[in-house]
Amino acid sequence: MKKFDKDRVVLGVAAPVLAVVGALIVTALVILATGKEPFTAFRVMIDYGDKTDSQVYILNKATTYYLAGLAVAVGFRMNLFNIGVDGQYRLAAFFAAAVGGAMSLPGVIQLPVVILTAMAVGALWAAIAGVLKVTRGVSEVISTIMLNSIAGIVIGYFLQGGRLGVLDKSANMVSTKPLPSSSHLFNFSTSGGAVDGFIIFAVLAGVLYWYGLSRTRFGFDLRAVGRSQSAAEASGVNVKRMVVTSMLISGAMAGLVGMPTLLNESYDYGTDFPVGIGFTGIAVALLGRNNPVGVAVGALLWAFLERASNGLEFEGYDKEIVGVIQGVIVLAVVIAYEVVRRYGITRQQRQVGAELAAAGIPKQQEVAA
Amino acid sequence: MRSGTVHALVGENGAGKSTLMKILYGMQKPDEGTIAVNGEQVTFGDPGDAIARGIGMVHQHFMLADNLTVLENVVLGSEKLYGIGSRARAKIQEISDAYGLGVRPDLLVEDLGVADRQRVEILKVLYRGARILILDEPTAVLVPQEVDALFDNLRELKAEGLTVIFISHKLGEVLSVADEITVIRRGTTVGNADPEHTTTKQLAELMVGSELPSPETRESTVTTERMLTVDGLRLAEVDLDGVERIVLDAIGFTIHKGEVLGIAGVEGNGQAELVETIMGMRVPDGGTVVLDGEDISRVPTRKRREDGIGYIPEDRHRHGLLLEAPLWENRILGHVTERPNSKGFLIDTAAARRDTERIVAEYDVRTPGIEVTAASLSGGNQQKLIVGREMSHLPKLLIAAHPTRGVDVGAQAQIWDQIRQARREGLAVLLISADLDELIGLSDTLRVMYRGRLVADADPATITPEELGSAMTGAATGHLEHDQHAENAATAATAENAADSDNGDGTGTLSAASGGEDR
Repeated sequence: MKKFDKDRVVLGVAAPVLAVVGALIVTALVILATGKEPFTAFRVMIDYGDKTDSQVYILNKATTYYLAGLAVAVGFRMNLFNIGVDGQYRLAAFFAAAVGGAMSLPGVIQLPVVILTAMAVGALWAAIAGVLKVTRGVSEVISTIMLNSIAGIVIGYFLQGGRLGVLDKSANMVSTKPLPSSSHLFNFSTSGGAVDGFIIFAVLAGVLYWYGLSRTRFGFDLRAVGRSQSAAEASGVNVKRMVVTSMLISGAMAGLVGMPTLLNESYDYGTDFPVGIGFTGIAVALLGRNNPVGVAVGALLWAFLERASNGLEFEGYDKEIVGVIQGVIVLAVVIAYEVVRRYGITRQQRQVGAELAAAGIPKQQEVAA
Repeated sequence: MRSGTVHALVGENGAGKSTLMKILYGMQKPDEGTIAVNGEQVTFGDPGDAIARGIGMVHQHFMLADNLTVLENVVLGSEKLYGIGSRARAKIQEISDAYGLGVRPDLLVEDLGVADRQRVEILKVLYRGARILILDEPTAVLVPQEVDALFDNLRELKAEGLTVIFISHKLGEVLSVADEITVIRRGTTVGNADPEHTTTKQLAELMVGSELPSPETRESTVTTERMLTVDGLRLAEVDLDGVERIVLDAIGFTIHKGEVLGIAGVEGNGQAELVETIMGMRVPDGGTVVLDGEDISRVPTRKRREDGIGYIPEDRHRHGLLLEAPLWENRILGHVTERPNSKGFLIDTAAARRDTERIVAEYDVRTPGIEVTAASLSGGNQQKLIVGREMSHLPKLLIAAHPTRGVDVGAQAQIWDQIRQARREGLAVLLISADLDELIGLSDTLRVMYRGRLVADADPATITPEELGSAMTGAATGHLEHDQHAENAATAATAENAADSDNGDGTGTLSAASGGEDR
């Protein structure tokens, strides 16, 4: 049995490695086509990304990407495509910032209140898509994309002077009222800068994700729905309720995405709050195979590539190259997983067949009658 | 095989029949070996090549568009041959008359019965100029009368010089229609047989290397304690066109402890919906379901399972297994709230794994281990795992839909034994099967379902598959009284088809392997 497990690990790692290698080859060709030397470019990326301040930057970026990846992965695990993580985390961070800015309580109370507000807002926003899906049959892909757009409009409406926003005349920027210093989260200072304390929560979220999915009854039901909705239904899972529940969880997880930025860096939600992390989450979840460790690796890789693109710029390369690498990785990952999955299934069937045939080789029987 | 003959290919499920046919029809490529058609060596890259060589295939599952007419279905994809108008119609009529198929070109396919659809499939193949016809388990979906009609058609085809390759594992049928028989087992030819001088018994031994089991149950274990009472069950469905269709109409029956209630019926007459309604997967429009004195009409599926309903689903891939999950996770499926699978809200993986090992050993699931995915097991072994899983939770009521479909003969006997054993201990069973011998052999009471209603009942001790068959097509209703004269005639005519094993001469056992799909 050990042998099967080892094979599975090899196969599991094979797909992302294949994808990344494939993406590098394609990128090298692209760089060559622009008339530059690809290997120097790769060395520049590694050298730059390896610096201490780059490492801190990468860890902080990866924290948000990881949370976004987990939020998407929860949906993927039951075949739900939550594209709305983007809108969910922005709306969640905005209202959490507004609530946090309006209060001045001790940190032990205020911090949980801010975080829980974010999770609740994210969950509710995602639940809209879930409810629409089970009651009206609206595809969650369509509804979450639209909700992303609506989230942007809602934030735009409230983020104005006199509503929930405060206009900073000097910088011509609008943002929510800043959080009191009591609700600033701790940092880890290093020589390269401060690592967001929220990274602890991200790790916890990863552990919770793994434990919840693979060790609890609820997680079993959720994965069963993802593997076969009809079989899960026959086994007694209320599929509709499960759709709404998993959207709630996905949304709550998405609510955390903005927290490292809010609690560790900006302390308010302004027009310059990072956008688009939800989409990065999709790529990261795909790359990490919805596996908590895999998603972490994907998040780190993504953050590294982004950081490395700055280094390329200094050396006279086009920083868009990194966009090409990322895009090709996602494409290659999807293809590689499918190829490896099919190969794995046929290989296992063959192995099972071979083992059983070895157990009892049929005797040739002579013609009757 | 020679032209102008019916050549039967028999073998257990998984013996390689379907693979061989796929190669002949160009759907799969052989690793080695050659095929010669009319003395000429050929290779087929795709079904198009095979069709060009005059080979046509009638699949087990019909490939027809329901909302088109027969004419449209036949010309679909071959518009170049005779156009789509009157020339095509004339050609269809000509083929239909020549082989006695009786196909009417302007009917909608959705209005046709199973047997008629099959004739359309055959006509479709002939229309494309096939001289060699491959029929993959054509009788699996037919009642005995329809099987006879099909065989008449095949004889017509043969008389016209066409060659028919007939795949089946129903030995009685094979002997009655085939001119030559090839038996394959585990991917190799194990023998040829001459139907004139072979009995089903010899053929069976050749096929599996052992004697065929009989589904017969002897002593009655029926008690008077009601286990399941279904009353006035009604279910209507609205189809895509917005037309309301009544799927279940005033269904009512009672199963007592220790009783097996068999429901006969051509597939698609509401059996699947009945099962799903009792399981709580569909919400009925009316009626009650009472399990062991408790009204469960509004109870969710999980609670029903916890209350003691075991479920062997008709389609194990859709409803019984997580194909890409390992065996031990499949052991948990459907019983996630019960021991040994979980403690409180947590999954007890160690206990679930241990119990899976036990099921694998006790129910003889052939697998190298419990970490392999369910998809890598053969159909029979998947079914054994499901049966083992459901039986492990000591159900009060077992709903068994085609429990031995696609299962090889050895596993079939084992599954029957387990049902019989549990029945002795007071299990109530709702049995649905397309295999009439299994149905008659295992059941204590028989009901016939036709267009969503229970139209007839019968005593399994005396009824013959033919009599049951006529009720399944709606020709007979009420209590099916057994007619002694008719029985004598019927038994004489189709001795090998009769399930009565008291024929005693060895030819009376029919292959009970039901028409199933390979995994």
